[in-house]
Amino acid sequence: MNTIVLRTASNYLLPLLLLFSIFILLRGHNLPGGGFIGGLIAAIAFVLHAFANGLNRTKKLIKVHPGFIMPFGLAVSFLSALVPLLSNAPFMTGIWASDPIPVIGHIGSTLFFDLGIYITVLGVTLTIIFTISEAA
Amino acid sequence: MNDIILFPIINQLFFAIVTLFLWRYSRWQKAISVVGNLIGFVIAIVFLLTVWDEGILTYNAGNWAAPLGITFVGDMLAATLILLTSICGMAVSMYSAGSMDRDRLSFGYYPIFHFLLLGLNGAFLTGDVFNLYVWFEMIIISSFVMITLGGEKRQLEGAIKYFTLNVFASVIFLTAIAVLYGLTGSLNMADLSLKVAQIENKGLVEITGLLFLIGFGIKAAVFPMYFWLPASYHTPPAAISAIFGGLLTKLGVYALVRTFTLIFFDIEFLNTVILVLGGLTLFSGALGALIQNNITKMFSYLIICHIGYMIIGLGLHTELAIAGVVFYLVHDIIVKSNVFMISGLIYKLKGTYSMRDLGGMYAKHPLLSLIMAISFFSLVGIPPLSGFWPKIAFISESLKTKGGGWLIAAILFGTFMTLYIIARMWAQVFWKARPEVKIRESFLYFKDHRLLHKIEMIVPIVGLTIITLMIGFGAEKVQQLALVVSDQLINKQHYINAVLGK
Repeated sequence: MNTIVLRTASNYLLPLLLLFSIFILLRGHNLPGGGFIGGLIAAIAFVLHAFANGLNRTKKLIKVHPGFIMPFGLAVSFLSALVPLLSNAPFMTGIWASDPIPVIGHIGSTLFFDLGIYITVLGVTLTIIFTISEAA
Repeated sequence: MNDIILFPIINQLFFAIVTLFLWRYSRWQKAISVVGNLIGFVIAIVFLLTVWDEGILTYNAGNWAAPLGITFVGDMLAATLILLTSICGMAVSMYSAGSMDRDRLSFGYYPIFHFLLLGLNGAFLTGDVFNLYVWFEMIIISSFVMITLGGEKRQLEGAIKYFTLNVFASVIFLTAIAVLYGLTGSLNMADLSLKVAQIENKGLVEITGLLFLIGFGIKAAVFPMYFWLPASYHTPPAAISAIFGGLLTKLGVYALVRTFTLIFFDIEFLNTVILVLGGLTLFSGALGALIQNNITKMFSYLIICHIGYMIIGLGLHTELAIAGVVFYLVHDIIVKSNVFMISGLIYKLKGTYSMRDLGGMYAKHPLLSLIMAISFFSLVGIPPLSGFWPKIAFISESLKTKGGGWLIAAILFGTFMTLYIIARMWAQVFWKARPEVKIRESFLYFKDHRLLHKIEMIVPIVGLTIITLMIGFGAEKVQQLALVVSDQLINKQHYINAVLGK
């Protein structure tokens, strides 16, 4: 889709959509949202970019192969699930920092678990879409 | 020490992630996967010993207490199956290192393999029905990737049948969970055990039980719904068939044993249905195996046939019969994995699975044939090999039930048919002189493999054969283990107390 409107717009939409996906990720603890849907929205941002500018440009933008993002996300989730074991709590227990961090707020191991899901979903979705559009 | 329950799961997840990171380095993946499964084996042994000493262990994931949270329960059945999974996993991981082709390795065979083992371990350990469903999904998705990996035409054809019927079974399973939740308001199996017993309307309980029976029955390849199995299990390479044939259908049996001893127990109607289905499974599986020419297809039908024994044992529902089921599970998982690996080795040696074109194995490889013979004949259950012992329990318990004559007839029919089928295969593949068959040009024969790969293919087969022999000659020990397992299953109060902490 080689239109100048979309191409120009996609340059602005990419950071906006990514910001929105992070917003959705963070709000997911108590409200609808979370890592899965956040990751999908982030993937949409890159897919839109690929539609407007061509797949090669987007690949250059991401730099690493999206397949490599998957194990990274899994590892983040896995490690955050292991953290409670250090303080003698069962696997996957939510461990929370005692004091809230300014601006960001309360941080706990569940946030990193969700972050891992976000990264994994982003990686999986991009891998699938890139592979299909390469084959087409 | 309750943390040990999660170690099998954490171990497999860890190695799945590590092998994913090493996506492009299949040689490293091989080494790491074998090491990972070795660690898993050690964990499984420690786990079994711990449960043996301390009784049923429980673990509340995320620190949410039962019945609301998800509880992992390590009882003897789970511990035994985890040990068997780790043995099989180790053998197949090594066998794959030698026999799997580069195309499949470079598209993530090992990560998926570890995800599959992760799903199996999780399914054996979970104490929550919905969580069980989630592990089942994980197993279906991993196995679907494994069965299509390589993308040959016949693989895809088999995969579609496999996937459609297994997803259908999952839908029924999910519906059954929904109905059960509607009836009781709980998903924790221990809690369900108490609540289902209190329901006044027995008709509803029976229907729900039937839904579970159908859902798990399809996955375990029980009589009317087994057609997907022989249509798909022979299509992927032997290493994948080995893990499927050894563990995946037995997962269905495990789920049946778990639900029908813990949740739907002492329901006359359901037990009768299970007995009839078991008999028919034996009968139809044996007849199906009789007409096959492809050896892996024949073994696929024999899987169905032998599932029948375990289903009959479950239907009899006495302590000794359940012990028989457990013993048969131990024997069947090891031997079925081994026969699929053996047929893979025969394929590598001769370049064909067809019995008509095979021949002269014994003359050319006498020692190898002898090792293979041990697995084949323990499949039949010739004493003192491992398949013989549990059948005594099934027959002696059948004698005590009404209409047991039919069951004994089915059991004996299955046994003699297996004997005939294996003997015929032995005559065709091992004794008959080799017919003239063209040498395939682009096929990598066994003799062309590197020495390391040859060793990697032979060692797991020999190892599993030794374990088969150990089960056969150490039958008393295995029977003791099986009796402890069945004691825990029949006296479910222990399980319930352990989970609900009363």
